[in-house]
Amino acid sequence: MTTLQLSVFLENKTGRLNDVAKVLAEAGINMTAFSVADNSDFGILRVLVSDPEKAKQVLKEKGFAVKLTNVLALRIGNSAGTLYTILDKLAAEKVYIEYMYAFSEGEQASVVIRPNNIDQAIEILKANKIEFVG
Amino acid sequence: MIWNPSVECMDRESMRKLQSERLRKVVERVYNNCEPYRKRMEEAGVTPEDINSIDDIVKLPFTSKKDLRDYYPFGLLSAPKEEIIRIHASSGTTGKPIVVGYTKNDIANWNEAGARCLSAFGLGKQDVIQVAYGYGLFTGGLGAHGACETIGAITIPISAGNTEKQMLMMHDLQATALACTPSYALYLAESLEKSGLKDKMNLKVGIFGAEPWTEQMRKEIETKLGIKAYDIYGLTEISGPGVGHECECQCGTHICEDLFFPEIIDPETGERLPDGSVGELVFTTLTKEGMPLIRFRTRDLTRLIYDKCECGRTSVRMEKIMGRSDDMLIIRGVNVFPSQVEAVLCEVEEFEPHFFITVDRVNNTDTFDIKVEVKEQYYTDEISGMVKLQKKLAARLQSVIGLQPNIILAEPRSMERSQGKAKRALDKRKLQ
Repeated sequence: MTTLQLSVFLENKTGRLNDVAKVLAEAGINMTAFSVADNSDFGILRVLVSDPEKAKQVLKEKGFAVKLTNVLALRIGNSAGTLYTILDKLAAEKVYIEYMYAFSEGEQASVVIRPNNIDQAIEILKANKIEFVG
Repeated sequence: MIWNPSVECMDRESMRKLQSERLRKVVERVYNNCEPYRKRMEEAGVTPEDINSIDDIVKLPFTSKKDLRDYYPFGLLSAPKEEIIRIHASSGTTGKPIVVGYTKNDIANWNEAGARCLSAFGLGKQDVIQVAYGYGLFTGGLGAHGACETIGAITIPISAGNTEKQMLMMHDLQATALACTPSYALYLAESLEKSGLKDKMNLKVGIFGAEPWTEQMRKEIETKLGIKAYDIYGLTEISGPGVGHECECQCGTHICEDLFFPEIIDPETGERLPDGSVGELVFTTLTKEGMPLIRFRTRDLTRLIYDKCECGRTSVRMEKIMGRSDDMLIIRGVNVFPSQVEAVLCEVEEFEPHFFITVDRVNNTDTFDIKVEVKEQYYTDEISGMVKLQKKLAARLQSVIGLQPNIILAEPRSMERSQGKAKRALDKRKLQ
């Protein structure tokens, strides 16, 4: 049910994101989802990749601070109110979202969620017949 | 044990008398034998006749590190070259090294000072001392060597490096004491642990100096090696290791003040500060013949304590050096030393002890940025987690320094690793 997400700590300086992309490209690793959270002097890149363990290893070798975290990747319909319904179900059971990112393509949308209680979130989502990716 | 109780436990009045006599002699010596000193005293309008007691020392001009470079190599000798029997030199971070010449008596007095140090660490004839300071121009090796022989210990002159051989000798000869830099001691400790030899050693005492080290590091060395770690203080210009030493109470560094007279001055004005004040440490070599230095400015900042120590010695003690006057930053009116930042970083588990301070002035207010590395295992994937670390460190620094810094988090291993003399601060206000 869960998906391994790679997170990379980045100093806020020009070209740092390129460096990560380059290392992954050279290792033949594909990125399927991607988000950057930042404050004024640093950022955290969160990314889903084709081979998380290998990605972690190659980035570590290049000196990056890398972590693997379990997240939930969901496939939902790309229509008004779908996301609201899901979040509402989670909120009703007091599961809150540490962070999330989403993107849509045609009829479908993908949502990556890091809930505070991942097991409980899975239960709720399964009960509501939400489709998991990966 | 006290090596020379008649001097080390001398009452203050007798000590002042001894220092006064010796100061008179050394001033006469430099005035009559060393051109640069005579000139400078003439410029200051002072002659040897004006020096009647140790208090008159304030009339004398200072000597700086720059003087040693300007008169390189033999310009500051106060003895004929025929009397010089040894040379030591310090590497010097800029350009030429600093060269010091010793007469036979200078070496004897240095050995005497070193013997006092080792005795204070509880060492004597019965001990086997491994000297892992570098032998050569550096004063560490030969300085410690002379001290060991003076107290009659078995001396292992192994010099620095070659860790495998260090461990072999230490084990086979059952060395009871190790003399080296504290950072090498840590390295050795780790190597011993890996080799499995650690429990077969007989080490009891560490004689550590030649670089600044924190209390944290002392504890780490003591635990890892199962020894008592003592600080030995010295500087090449003044003679080398043995200028001062800790005693069993470990409450400051006793200075061999009958040989090396310490003063504390205001680094800005050069004025002598009252007893107990923090300021720049200045030394006058009272007995040296080869290259006596009058009021040598060390740039080290500390405080002198004149109370009698519980160990029985009356000799003045100096507190741990707080930093160098060259390094001190005044930020929003508060004195800040990079060494304070380092000490805090050593205490806070989540951070590496590597940092860089940047001070600037924006809208007429000083900015105070410290860039630090988080230990790899403490990086999180949440902004809030990282911000929490920033706040924790900022609060800890605020309580120690009295000023809230802006903490900038760096990527792992992105900061320059210190080799002891790394640049750790940039004051951009000076560039404006």
